[in-house]
Amino acid sequence: MLQDGLIMYEDSFEKINLILDELMKNSKSECVFLVDKSGQLITMRGNMEQFDSTAFASLSAGNFAATSELAKLIGETEFSVLFHEGVKDSIHISIVAGSIIMVVVFRVVKTSLGLVRLEVKKSVEHLAHVLKEMVERSKRDGQIKKLDESFTQAIENEIDSLFKD
Amino acid sequence: MSLINYASREINCKIVYYGPGLGGKTTNIKYVYKQIDPSARGKLVSLATEADRTLFFDFLPLDLGQVQGFKTRFHLYTVPGQVHYDASRRLILKGADGVVFVADAQRERLEQNIESLENLRVNLISQNLDPETIPFVMQYNKMDLANVMSSEELEQQLNPKGYLSFEAIAVEGIGVFDTLKAISKLVLKAISEGR
Ligand SMILES: Nc1nc2c(ncn2[C@@H]2O[C@H](COP(=O)(O)OP(=O)(O)OP(=O)(O)O)[C@@H](O)[C@H]2O)c(=O)[nH]1
Ligand SMILES: [Mg+2]
Repeated sequence: MLQDGLIMYEDSFEKINLILDELMKNSKSECVFLVDKSGQLITMRGNMEQFDSTAFASLSAGNFAATSELAKLIGETEFSVLFHEGVKDSIHISIVAGSIIMVVVFRVVKTSLGLVRLEVKKSVEHLAHVLKEMVERSKRDGQIKKLDESFTQAIENEIDSLFKD
Repeated sequence: MSLINYASREINCKIVYYGPGLGGKTTNIKYVYKQIDPSARGKLVSLATEADRTLFFDFLPLDLGQVQGFKTRFHLYTVPGQVHYDASRRLILKGADGVVFVADAQRERLEQNIESLENLRVNLISQNLDPETIPFVMQYNKMDLANVMSSEELEQQLNPKGYLSFEAIAVEGIGVFDTLKAISKLVLKAISEGR
């Protein structure tokens, strides 16, 4: 629902993408994603052609949520970082601004976990700042910003024409 | 949690299919996947046990295409209905914009339906979602079977508040799209009203 819904504006989007591009370059990674806790992809940067980004986002959020529950069971509040090691590619998952999941995919031969971790740490601070701004602005605008009627009508027509046997 | 992205011009919403084990949640989603225009759907992700019961969730993204320059996406999830997967069910509800309750209309499943509805209420609250206002649609599934309750009885027992409800035979696809259409429109309405 919109009171907790997120609204992303062009300027914050650009700022976020710049930070992610920088992170990718400095950590020599393949791609970076931001996903909200409900599993929706906020943005992604880098070369994603080889996999399905929507499924990836949903599974990352599920993975993070499940692991956080594991953490709670042993008395931790949340594992702040997850790392999945592959033969060719590895995945580093962390949380930004308390509520956004950041996933970095990197190639084992091109870079190292240490470097990725270091660069992630650096960019998390910048990102947290932009995201906080965005969340606050979303909250303010959530009350006023409505989709207009002709738009809602057009989507309903689309629903009718698409969601059928 | 709906996401409106003015930069990439996208609106994303999350719809969760809830209900007792074996009620037909996964069957609903699989039917949508099979029938809908392939260009409108993404990959169907099913995290299931070897016996084909949902273990964590099913996930299907649907894409409405461009409407006035905006792309609208519905992300459909099913929860695992088996009682002992409650922790997972809670996680799937995170940020839900709407809920479809798939009830098993067979008389002997009445108690499981009621329990699952109560469990939904508790879990919505635990995710800071308001059970009274979240867009909600009821589906009475398996109406092809001999031992089902009558529609009046079902309404009385499971839907005293009179939410929109549909009878369904999900294995044959009957009622599946009616249900999906109804919840999508309710979710959209809620978003447009800033709820
Ligand atoms: N007769 C009949 N069987 C159905 C119908 N819909 C689903 N089923 C069957 O019921 C069984 C369970 O269906 P699922 O869709 O896997 O149920 P679920 O709600 O996802 O179950 P969990 O994943 O355990 O929560 C399957 O064997 C389906 O074929 C229906 O309308 N009529
Ligand atoms: Mg299932």
